[in-house]
Amino acid sequence: MAAEATHGGSEPNHARRFATIWIVVSLIATPLVVLFVGPIMPPGNGSAQASGHVTDNTVLIGMATPVLLLVLVYLIYAIVHFRAPKGGAGAVLEGPAISGDTRIQTTWIVVTSLLVLSLAVYGTVRLVEDGAGSGQGASPAWPASGKKLPVQVIAQEWAFTYRFPTYGGVETTHLVLPVNQTIELHVTSLDVIHSFWAYQLGVKADANPNVDNVVFVKPTKLQTFEVRCAELCGIWHGYMFDHGRVVRPAVFQVWIAEQQKRFAASKKYLPPYSTKYVPEPARRGG
Amino acid sequence: MGVLAKKLLGIGVGVVVAGVLIGLYVAGWATSFPKTVAAVSTRPVVGVSGTQLTLQTVAAIGPKYSPSNPDWVSYLVKEKGKWVHSTVFKVPANSIVHVTVLQYDGDSGLRNPFLSQVQGTLNGRETVDGKSIDAIDPEEASHTFAVPQLGVFIPLPGVPEEAKNQCEFAPCTLAQAHRTITFTFRTGKRGRYRWQCFVPCAAGWIDGNGGPMQTLGYMDGFLEVT
Repeated sequence: MAAEATHGGSEPNHARRFATIWIVVSLIATPLVVLFVGPIMPPGNGSAQASGHVTDNTVLIGMATPVLLLVLVYLIYAIVHFRAPKGGAGAVLEGPAISGDTRIQTTWIVVTSLLVLSLAVYGTVRLVEDGAGSGQGASPAWPASGKKLPVQVIAQEWAFTYRFPTYGGVETTHLVLPVNQTIELHVTSLDVIHSFWAYQLGVKADANPNVDNVVFVKPTKLQTFEVRCAELCGIWHGYMFDHGRVVRPAVFQVWIAEQQKRFAASKKYLPPYSTKYVPEPARRGG
Repeated sequence: MGVLAKKLLGIGVGVVVAGVLIGLYVAGWATSFPKTVAAVSTRPVVGVSGTQLTLQTVAAIGPKYSPSNPDWVSYLVKEKGKWVHSTVFKVPANSIVHVTVLQYDGDSGLRNPFLSQVQGTLNGRETVDGKSIDAIDPEEASHTFAVPQLGVFIPLPGVPEEAKNQCEFAPCTLAQAHRTITFTFRTGKRGRYRWQCFVPCAAGWIDGNGGPMQTLGYMDGFLEVT
């Protein structure tokens, strides 16, 4: 794109023009995208972890906007400035053969590497805070701080059930959590691999048999959230969904007391609470 | 057209035809559905309309109902006095559904003992051989009838191993060893609700959840609430 003589006049410095246009457009568009698209990024602000994901997505879209504009501006610029003139005046000129330009190549590699490395650092920092709503295995490397309410998520073909070890180990069919309280979820499975995905809470953790997968979440607003299985587990995988609720602490206490009463008949049959269970082979058909 | 072009055209047409045939076969299999059987109307209870479903659970469906998988466990449903091999039941919305299950299979045991408690029925109980209970021993569970979206979980106890005159293949008769379980639940708004057995009762399959547990028409189906 260096200035060249063509018939009739000198060629402008396309590189400088293009770069100028790109920088100006990026400086206008990127803040607009961050301000207006950022707040509506998924998964919403149902928990501290979900809010973190909104921030992460906003950062990503903010970084992606200039990259996208680089491609679009170049495309439009090329269409406008390098198209054949009307009336077909003169022969189609071919530019000089491109040979390696060390400066451009080096710049390209350095810039893209910096982008990727910066994202790696950013992602690591976010993970180290409290796991960012993902499972950390049985011994979390980055546990959340403060008092936590342990809740076990038990996946089986094809429903989730939940146990509350600090409330007598009561098991329930629905998940209700107190707001503004850090929850320590212990996710496991009784049969095949599943994945516990509470979308609005920004939580997704694999549920593997004989494995305790710990994930931390702090719901920050009263809400109803969706629970789905996110790992293909058989014919009813798509139906393995439910709705959970985040309620005030006092309402949670009333609810858990009701569950203890409601499921009293099964209490004597439940095994002692454990972070994982290995159902006997005798209980598998055949 | 040259010889090579003709050959290529022939191969291309052959591949397309084979692909279409395979696609039709797979689509036919994927969209096959058991017959829908409607519950029978009963007299209203406290001003609410009711229906009756009569089901049986068997240890082996038998060659009459399933030539390809005669040894699979299965549910059957009674329609106009005859046993039909289907697991899709039609019931009215916002009504009471009475269910009678004639249970002919032995016990396998529940993987999750929590599901041994009766849930979602009108009184939180079921009747087993005339006796009202709110839970069974999870070791004695043979099957369950569960509609998770309606909160209905019904454990079905098995026929003791030493019982005489056990049923070999469906349809089983009242003269053969069985347990009679009855329960009643209420339907809500219209929709399609899936139901399933939660006992890993698929003999010979890994984790007991393969085969009949993952094939519509045996150990799971739909409740069409209309």
